[in-house]
Amino acid sequence: MSDKKPERREFLFTTTYALGAVGVGAVAWPMIDQMNPDASVKALASTEVDVSSLTPGKTITVLWRGKPVFIRKRTQDEIAEARSVKMEELKHPEKDEDRAKDPEWLVMLGVCTHLGCVPLNDRGDYNGWFCPCHGSHYDTSGRIRKGPAPLNMEIPKYEFVNANTIKIG
Amino acid sequence: MSEHDYIPKSKFGKWFNDRLPLLSLASHLADYPTPKNLNYWWTFGGILTFCLITQIVTGLTLAMHYIAHADMAFESVEHIMRDVNYGWLIRYIHANGASMFFLAVYIHIFRSLFYGSYKSPRELIWIIGIIIYLLMMAAAFMGYVLPWGQMSFWGATVITNLFSAIPLVGEGIVNWLWGGYSVDNPTLTRFFTLHYLIPFLILGLVVLHIWALHVPGNNNPIGIDIKKPSKDTVPFHPYIVIKDGFALLMFTIVFAFFVFYSPNILGHADNYIEANPLVTPAHIVPEWYLLPFYAILRSVPDKLLGVIAMLSAILILAALPWLDTSKIRSAVFRPLYKQFYWILVADVLILGYIGAMPAAGLYLLIGRVATAYYFLHFLVVLPVLGFKEKTIPVPLSITEPVLGGSLNLAIAKNKESLDK
Amino acid sequence: MKNFIKLLSIITIVFITTVQSNSAEKVDYLKTDWSFKGIFGKFDRGSLQRGYQVYTEVCSSCHSMKYLSYRNLGEKGGPEFSEEAVKVIAASFEVNDGPNADGEMFTRPGKPSDKFIMPYDNVKAAQAANGGAYPPDMSVLVKARGGGVDYIYSLLQGYEDAPSGMILDEGVHYNKYMYGNKIKMSAPLSEGVVEYRDGTEATVEQMSKDVTTFLMWAAEPHLESRHRMGFKAIVYLIILTILVYLSMKRIWSRIETEV
Repeated sequence: MSDKKPERREFLFTTTYALGAVGVGAVAWPMIDQMNPDASVKALASTEVDVSSLTPGKTITVLWRGKPVFIRKRTQDEIAEARSVKMEELKHPEKDEDRAKDPEWLVMLGVCTHLGCVPLNDRGDYNGWFCPCHGSHYDTSGRIRKGPAPLNMEIPKYEFVNANTIKIG
Repeated sequence: MSEHDYIPKSKFGKWFNDRLPLLSLASHLADYPTPKNLNYWWTFGGILTFCLITQIVTGLTLAMHYIAHADMAFESVEHIMRDVNYGWLIRYIHANGASMFFLAVYIHIFRSLFYGSYKSPRELIWIIGIIIYLLMMAAAFMGYVLPWGQMSFWGATVITNLFSAIPLVGEGIVNWLWGGYSVDNPTLTRFFTLHYLIPFLILGLVVLHIWALHVPGNNNPIGIDIKKPSKDTVPFHPYIVIKDGFALLMFTIVFAFFVFYSPNILGHADNYIEANPLVTPAHIVPEWYLLPFYAILRSVPDKLLGVIAMLSAILILAALPWLDTSKIRSAVFRPLYKQFYWILVADVLILGYIGAMPAAGLYLLIGRVATAYYFLHFLVVLPVLGFKEKTIPVPLSITEPVLGGSLNLAIAKNKESLDK
Repeated sequence: MKNFIKLLSIITIVFITTVQSNSAEKVDYLKTDWSFKGIFGKFDRGSLQRGYQVYTEVCSSCHSMKYLSYRNLGEKGGPEFSEEAVKVIAASFEVNDGPNADGEMFTRPGKPSDKFIMPYDNVKAAQAANGGAYPPDMSVLVKARGGGVDYIYSLLQGYEDAPSGMILDEGVHYNKYMYGNKIKMSAPLSEGVVEYRDGTEATVEQMSKDVTTFLMWAAEPHLESRHRMGFKAIVYLIILTILVYLSMKRIWSRIETEV
């Protein structure tokens, strides 16, 4: 045996191992990716909601992508309250103007940002929502004020198709 | 497993191994002395393990998307094929994987038949193998029902109706199997449950199969008992691992070719038509791997006897270690048996072909002759051959053949000189 | 090793030929060049788009394609209509939806996520409208027929006058390639029944080819990625096999020299 042989042997084995590992990884990926949302879920349509029956102070809950969406027509008091809060007081500072483009309408995902329960309407210390699971209090803009939840309730993509119809998604 | 004097080097390893000797097990598996003259027909054990794991992994992922309901099963399979990420790939691997599994198991079984691996002291390995084979057939049959196509439905109907051949209780058993008066939703859900269960039973039996193998050790192409470890053996790792790996890769190339370039060739077109209890397809044909037994079933004109013949064709294999009376294992040293072996191979291939053809005319006649020969081989030829056959003298060891005439050695020597 | 490979290839050949002889019935179908056959096979986009046109304008009045959605028409590897075109196509169909807030069903223009609308509400309605014969769903039709694309392609062009002596019931037609030669569907395609938007001449042969290509895609929407992935996978496996073979030779050389 010459002196060079062991080196070449090492190289051969390392390459084989490395290439084998690449293959195992490539095979593992489809098995993992199959659990991700599939093409039909990704393509799921938007939901259109007729809000003509809502009066100020009322909330309806609709289903979008399997989650509840709160649509609330807010009273003037609620709007005033939401807009007067100072940013420093907020755990997750967001202006009400950014959350509700039309101040009368608040459209948000009705999912507590703590662990995903659905908060209750018109409850809590801030006249907004209260999550019964672990006691998070949200204000009239759906912003977190007290309790374990870290973030404000999420605002989905939505638009007014006409005065009476909101399209979510 | 034999006593092992393996002592882990690290302190933690020793602590762990004293409580749960996994490291001893690993070392036993790695050092397991394997005959050095094993040829490539011996690599199919490893290939089969790969097949089983592939089927379990792809099956689990498919089960996450499949819906076992008569109204939704077909649709959910189409959903997997169209929308689920890589769903088409996983399903095609699973569907063709079943065929590859059977291809490998047939090679494995016929290897055993050629080299007499079922003979003492390996009878239990063989019998466990037969049970695994039966469970494989059950799993494959029930898996084929799940897509709820026309062949699924009518295959299920025909196979379950076999039980109606049993006198008196037959009808009751069939209704019990169906959970109704025909193959329907209750049948589908229970088949799904069992299809999910059986692979894990097989996995358990595979452990026993390998355990039982590791007691006497591997048979080998010249079929002699060898001392282990000795000059005749090599440690399993790395020698056999790398060889099995090489053969496995060749096998996966064939496998990949089916999956990517002709994924539906082994299936039947009618199974892409949703199940319809009102219309039977023109030809009902089982999957290719069940065809020889299907041919035996059809070649007997009586319903009950046909079923009995088909079942005996499989069960007779379990008695093989005692039906074969020869003291010599390997066909290499049994010139007459070698010829009968190849006749049996041809006979089984013929039965497979007949199983795919309509049961009429010449096909029926050939099928009957082939069926008769199948049983003749096991019940008459093998017992008689053991007493009558003049065998070739067997070498005492792999490395030092008495006669220096071993074929394997000659080849090995040739290779050596070529390598130099 | 040599013996092993020889035997193994014999087994494989026997295996494949028996399987093939099982599945293919011995009929001489009309032949044409399918662009999607072979290792690098791909669909011809133009043909798929024309085929979709034939399907909507001719077949879809009787045959459903219930497993397809309009969004599929814009997906990669398919007809690849633009996103805008798919929206327009979807919106041109009336889709049943509901119930609305009043509990009533209503119709609305289709969206890309909708499934292809069906010509009949259910199988019974389809049978009633077609003299008792159910026009099969076309989603996987190509895979559901033994002869595959060649069979469909031939069938569409296989209408002839019945040979003398053969008596056909009313509403039954003679087709050279149909199983039993009797078919309830009247010849669906005739010269110029469709006016192709891209100006291709709509001969029966051309339309048959286009619609069959479309049906092949409908049954195997991932065919192109399957072919691409297959090539990569097999090249990878061959390289790895060679490396493992060399490693095996090295490892076993330790023994050979020792013996």
